[in-house]
Amino acid sequence: MSLAVEDLGVALGGRSVVEGVSFASPAGRFLALVGPNGAGKTSLLRGLAGLVRASGRIRLGEDDLAALAPRERARRVAYLPQGHEAHWPLPARDIVALGRIPHGAGDPTRLSPRDAEAVEEAMRLTDTLAFADRAVTTLSGGERARVALARVFAVGAPLVLADEPTAALDPGHQIAVMQALRGAARAGAIVVAVTHDLGLAARFADRVLVLDGGRIAADGEPEDALSAETLRRVFGVEAYRDRFRDEAVLVPWA
Amino acid sequence: MAPSRSRLVVPIAFAALLALLFLVSLGIGPVRLAPWTVAQALFGRGDETARIIVAEIRLPRAILSVAIGAMLGLSGAAMQGLLRNPLAAPSLFGAPQAAAFGAVATISLGLTDALSLWLPAAAMVGAFVSVFLLLAVAGRNAGLTLLILAGLAISSLAGAATALAMNLAPNPFAALEIAFWLLGSLEDRSMRHVAMTLPFIAAGAVILFANRNAFRALTLGEDAAASLGIRVARLRLAVIAGVAMGIGGAVAVAGTIGFVGLVAPHLVRPLVGYDPARLLLPAALAGACLLTAADIAVRIIPSTTDIKVGVLTALIGVPFFLYLILRERRRLGAGLLP
Repeated sequence: MSLAVEDLGVALGGRSVVEGVSFASPAGRFLALVGPNGAGKTSLLRGLAGLVRASGRIRLGEDDLAALAPRERARRVAYLPQGHEAHWPLPARDIVALGRIPHGAGDPTRLSPRDAEAVEEAMRLTDTLAFADRAVTTLSGGERARVALARVFAVGAPLVLADEPTAALDPGHQIAVMQALRGAARAGAIVVAVTHDLGLAARFADRVLVLDGGRIAADGEPEDALSAETLRRVFGVEAYRDRFRDEAVLVPWA
Repeated sequence: MAPSRSRLVVPIAFAALLALLFLVSLGIGPVRLAPWTVAQALFGRGDETARIIVAEIRLPRAILSVAIGAMLGLSGAAMQGLLRNPLAAPSLFGAPQAAAFGAVATISLGLTDALSLWLPAAAMVGAFVSVFLLLAVAGRNAGLTLLILAGLAISSLAGAATALAMNLAPNPFAALEIAFWLLGSLEDRSMRHVAMTLPFIAAGAVILFANRNAFRALTLGEDAAASLGIRVARLRLAVIAGVAMGIGGAVAVAGTIGFVGLVAPHLVRPLVGYDPARLLLPAALAGACLLTAADIAVRIIPSTTDIKVGVLTALIGVPFFLYLILRERRRLGAGLLP
């Protein structure tokens, strides 16, 4: 299912924070959304997720997302917010099962075989089955981030939006999360992830959108979008570039 | 783990306890009646005096303690689910305080005495005015912080207005009547009071139960819940309206009864695996048990003046609340809660 975003704009408190954003993507791509603090990345993602009022048009396949009922939209767009909140000490498996709510599964302890299978598969992909029965509040930050990701995968949506999924994680977990997101894209979803880590974006993403001042400053394959000129202009940094085991290496340098 | 079985055990156990307390409540008073006599009287048999005592004096009181206790427990569980905070109480948005003011104003103006049916009506008006005021101040799509602040302002205003009503009471007796009414009691209520409050409690309970699965989604925070198709702003309105309706109805006939709504959800939360949706029914049953037990206790405790049940629930509830805060502090210290 392809995604087409046309002239998307988001205003917060009367101030425009995202303006004139247009891009399109076929299914199966992993897009990284990067940009300096305050560039409007989270607002753009929340606009795509329908969490804030956005102008312009978002089409996913045949559907105009703004015209869909909340539950219909929830089946098509999965959203991972920053911070991986979990307020009650529910078992990790029940947290993941919340991802089936858009499919009508209100109670995580009474899943249909199909819902249970989706939960199991999401937990397998994120390597979280080992602590499925532990209370999510007792997990480490890395484990909790993977459970949050499993919850998003459990939705089975063709569009997956993740806001800083690797923030506050150790390097091993950062790579595991990026691999899982790329895996979801390879399985057919369109994945859009906000990240501050240009190295992870360069290595894992199929395509990078650079946002600056609420507008797209660069858009393309990682080496093009994260060109020396763009990095200097948008981030005020230079970068060390290399290839290691056939993958791109990019280390910001100032 | 056998979720489907344990799911039934907790409500059934509380329901059995509640049935027992209900029978005891009907037997306790100046004239003590044995459970068998009570059971006979309930079905219109046995001694006529016992029948009158049970059916006309004690039955309304017992029904009210069950219904009001259940509404308090249910509201507490719903508020804690909505706010994702174990220390939230039904009084947070100011509805009970506003209901109390509505009732007190009618006594103060000399319109009614404390057991008249105009009193509940005025209390309901107070509760609804508080909801409209809350939404007018905070806006329909307000975030939680704004709602809590507006609720704080409204409850303070209602408290001040209540104080003014006492201040302006036409005579000392009215002031005393207000003061005692505010303490919260189920004494001398009739079936007409039951008929007055039950529809509101039932409506409030239906609204809160209908939204129970949304509390589970809210475990992930409001953004994630919204992305799962939950209409969060509408849910907030529903919970505020449901709590105002049910608690307004409760305050209207019983005065203010504190801490049952805070304590009941805590007692049962571990028994339902901390699930904020499965919590609702057991929390309601636990609230009903607590209030019925407290209402039995005030009749057993020997004292020259009647102890009001609202005083007793606060006396037991506040130390428990302090214990909860201490426990939360320890947990926060251990970094288990975000």
